[in-house]
Amino acid sequence: MDFNDTPEEAAFRARARGWLEKNAEPLDPSKVAPSEMGEREDEATIKSCKAWQAKKADAGWACITWPKEYGGQDATPMQRVIFNQEEAKFRVPPNIYAIGHGMLGPTIMAHGSPEQKKKYVRSMLRGEEVWCQLFSEPAAGSDLAGLRTTATKDGTDWLLNGQKIWSTGAHFCDWGMIVTRTDSNAAKHAGLTYFIVDMRSPGIEVRPIKQINGSSGFNEVFFTNVRVPDSNRLGAVGDGWRVALTTLMNERVAIGAGTGSGRFKDLLRLARQTRRNGRPAIEDSAVRQKLADFYVRSKGLQYTSYRTLSALSRGQTPGPEGSIGKAVGAPLGQQMAAFAVELQGALGALADKASTPQEALWQDAYLGAPGLRIAGGTDEILKNIIAERVLRLPPEIRVDKEKPFRDIPTGNITK
Amino acid sequence: MNFEFSEDQKLVQKTARDYLAEHSGLEVCRAVLESSKPYDSGLWKGAAEMGWLGAAVPEQYGGAGLGYLELVLIAEEVGRALAPIPFSSSVYLATEALLLAGSELQRKKYLPRLCSGELIGTFAFAEGASDLLDPEFVSTRFDAGRLSGEKVPVPDGDSAGLAVVLAKDAKGAPCLALADLGASGVTRTSLESFDPSRSQARLRFEGVTAELLGDAGKGFQIFERVLDRAAVMMAFEQLGAAQRALEITREFTMGRYAFGRPVASFQALKHRMADVYCALELGRSNAYYGAWALSSSAEDLPVAAAGARIAACDAFSLSAEEMIQLHGGVGFTWEYDCHLFYRRAKLLGLALGSAAEWREKLIRRLESRDAA
Repeated sequence: MDFNDTPEEAAFRARARGWLEKNAEPLDPSKVAPSEMGEREDEATIKSCKAWQAKKADAGWACITWPKEYGGQDATPMQRVIFNQEEAKFRVPPNIYAIGHGMLGPTIMAHGSPEQKKKYVRSMLRGEEVWCQLFSEPAAGSDLAGLRTTATKDGTDWLLNGQKIWSTGAHFCDWGMIVTRTDSNAAKHAGLTYFIVDMRSPGIEVRPIKQINGSSGFNEVFFTNVRVPDSNRLGAVGDGWRVALTTLMNERVAIGAGTGSGRFKDLLRLARQTRRNGRPAIEDSAVRQKLADFYVRSKGLQYTSYRTLSALSRGQTPGPEGSIGKAVGAPLGQQMAAFAVELQGALGALADKASTPQEALWQDAYLGAPGLRIAGGTDEILKNIIAERVLRLPPEIRVDKEKPFRDIPTGNITK
Repeated sequence: MNFEFSEDQKLVQKTARDYLAEHSGLEVCRAVLESSKPYDSGLWKGAAEMGWLGAAVPEQYGGAGLGYLELVLIAEEVGRALAPIPFSSSVYLATEALLLAGSELQRKKYLPRLCSGELIGTFAFAEGASDLLDPEFVSTRFDAGRLSGEKVPVPDGDSAGLAVVLAKDAKGAPCLALADLGASGVTRTSLESFDPSRSQARLRFEGVTAELLGDAGKGFQIFERVLDRAAVMMAFEQLGAAQRALEITREFTMGRYAFGRPVASFQALKHRMADVYCALELGRSNAYYGAWALSSSAEDLPVAAAGARIAACDAFSLSAEEMIQLHGGVGFTWEYDCHLFYRRAKLLGLALGSAAEWREKLIRRLESRDAA
């Protein structure tokens, strides 16, 4: 057991750091790193993202775990983590490729035809094209298989009709990966088909959704008779759920080792800057107890992700234990943000960057925190997953499993 | 980075688990709890024969010469079985104190007997409620080679033959003394323990001959270092027990039916067990980091040990409380095993100082680490 780099890992880290030092500006460690949750990127930002991705691709530092034939390095998950850790120390554009690289690319590599892989994967790696995920709908979030967007055969093409929601980046993406219903007479999971869709197709309308923090990082996407060629179908007709599961499984592989512990340093600094009972808050016993609790849980999450990485490095597939990162981390983030805003006393009521400690970072975090407890698997769904797949407790009673989809009750959403 | 134990280490753990499954079922813990026996002497002998008492002690002192990574895994199994033996007192505290601060002579004199189990050791530090963050509470005196004062509670104080005693010298500086508890001037009183499967006693010293352990004036620092090391080992014991509690809870709720289905199928219970699982995993991960820091003598051990202890205390207390709740009415009966875990969780949660004290320690250590 060793928490330090092996000699090979240390050498790799040095190489990564060496390249980054020559090609990017280091972050000032004493300055607070702003949150990017749900930001709506403008054109200038997207341009800089593409430039940075191309730079990395040219030097062999893009999607390093992908196969060499697409421009990757066949690197290990541990090496990816090391590169990400080093990159995080530099001032680089936001990562608009997280969904594409983390989830969609691997889906194409797993289920795509040779032509599809050839057409999409390399340009995805180079960041020339940006991808979005079109899964959730107003009537289908946690119950994703309850989705209603249809794909109807029209000659050799398919016509898509319906609506997707919470689609991050759909407003600037070139391609999307969509799950549709192709057979309403089949049971819920059995009548689904997965497609690649050109986001510039006629009939697609993207409308931004304003979040509680004022940003509009995600969208509603409306489909009216959108024509998709059959060559864009990923996997067999009716096999869409299995392909979708690959996409969702890869969400778990995208482990952010070290998230949270950076925030703790900011919190500690805030406790030194603010006052409680006539002294710096950090000297207050109640504050110290709370800080210690946050530290232990943050570190617990970080070390848990290291244990998962060890397993990955040994070639084991990540299991549902990965759910713990988000199940614990998201509520923890909200608790830390709430505590931090409270430490600011009256100033916590302000969101003005110039007038608040740490440029209203914690106010932003508190507004963004509820989203993290819901997106990518709600707290409750994750606990179900842990209960059912890790602890092997009985599954929820499902009243819709064998019913033809068209017979399933739908509540208030109009059909 | 490799945050896992080796196959050899896991084999040590499996051997320990198999042995304890056979010789230390929960009825063995219950037998000690319900009787006036301070511990199970047959099991203690077995633990010694298995080489566990000296797992991390070098062979030249009669140990097995393995290491701390093996020892913590053994500790985890001892916890899983709720083994009613003075393992924590003798191994985590007394043996560690000797390894850390003993002279060559003292090590040669005591370690072989501690490893063979013929001598049981303990650490007598508390004097009543005792704020362990500061030596102010210590009034026991070690003067001209003689100990005077009262220590309470002392874990395994009624069975131990050797005690490391936290005292103050003639100048009032904290020091550690090694006392033979069979010597004249020692009065032992067994006290009813919150967890009667692990005994507690009051020790009174009246001019008892003892030897200095470690440097004079350095007693409190050594004490804190011993506590750090013990905290990591005990964290594994706590987690092993907490894990067992969750397993028993799962098994019970799967078999218990209400409204036509297992109560384990009700989402409220599923989520509560998921919460226990998460706390256990956070505890385990913090404990792993502690084990690494302990075995590699890392500079970060004080912080790592505090994290391990706090997380393990939180996990075990949650697991034990939820165990009773999820068992429903029978969880509250003497007959069911839930209270064995409930009692042990509280005992271990206080044994080296409470989680609240360790949270304060953690912040102090983070502050001095930042200042460095």
